[in-house]
Amino acid sequence: MAMAKCIPTFALRLMALGATISATIVMVTSHDSATVLNLKFDAKYTNSPSFKYFVIINAIASGYGLITLFLPSKSSLWRLVLVLDLVILSLLDSTISAALAIGYVGKKGNTHAGWLPICGQVPKFCDRVTGALISGFIAAIIYFLLLLYSLHNVINLLNAKA
Amino acid sequence: MAKKPKVWVVPVLRVVAFFATVAAAIVMALNKQTKTMVVATIGSTPIKATLTAKFQHTPAFVFFVIANAIAGVHNLFALAVEFFRKKFNFKGLRLLIIVPILDMMIVALVSAGVSSAAFMGELGRNGNSHARWNKICDKFDTFCDHGSGAIIASLVGLLLLMIINVISILNLRKLNPIDRSVVP
Repeated sequence: MAMAKCIPTFALRLMALGATISATIVMVTSHDSATVLNLKFDAKYTNSPSFKYFVIINAIASGYGLITLFLPSKSSLWRLVLVLDLVILSLLDSTISAALAIGYVGKKGNTHAGWLPICGQVPKFCDRVTGALISGFIAAIIYFLLLLYSLHNVINLLNAKA
Repeated sequence: MAKKPKVWVVPVLRVVAFFATVAAAIVMALNKQTKTMVVATIGSTPIKATLTAKFQHTPAFVFFVIANAIAGVHNLFALAVEFFRKKFNFKGLRLLIIVPILDMMIVALVSAGVSSAAFMGELGRNGNSHARWNKICDKFDTFCDHGSGAIIASLVGLLLLMIINVISILNLRKLNPIDRSVVP
């Protein structure tokens, strides 16, 4: 269990916390407006439910990361951390996928459904959303590495008897 | 040694998860609807256009089909490992460890597929007034219904995969305990 608090895991958890916090903040502060043919076109993250989902899940992951940073190293809660890590990883993965799907429609449009791309009119919004997505993607990768570390805490991965 | 009934929990769940993910992949892959609609009216003659809604038009649905197909193949592979463990007992392969790790990756993949398809379906059902994207579900209702059914089946498969994963890891804990008396 002393492996739980050794430097790589702690550094990974710190980086994951930073990635999720920055993803949340960048997405929340993304805002742009454009005037197209006398219509005011306002783009905020609340316009799309998948971006709202992205912000909520990254906020939950930040809170979870903060709590697990301060967990004492010899407590038996690390088995619960393993299960929760899997749940948080799959939630983060799902939000990135959803936001990416909606962002793709926003960037390239969908000619079959008659949906025009909006990134040409609100480029600042698109750039910030892209930055938030990249940060969220990094957070998901780091959480996957953390899951392998948590798994190693419960079962000995390196010297396993199959 | 575990009691006899408990040995069958994971294979049974895996069979159900296999059928759920394969059903989701097949239903979404065969999702197609053609409709002839009046697009515009010039004078008194309506202009009809035949529009098709296919799953390939949306990259999210393509990803959904591929992710569920991969999950189905993985479930089949894990079932084979479960039943033919004696024959695959190579020293370096460590199949009992690889299957839960692959399970975790498949959980992440399927959750991504489900959520992207769900949000694209929500966009098709409700549209997005801020971006001037019209909803398509009122015209292509069968397409949307089949899509929803496939997403629900995949969600069931995802839940079962998560449960299977946790049970497999807990079973492994008894075989490979960490030697806590030695400080690394």
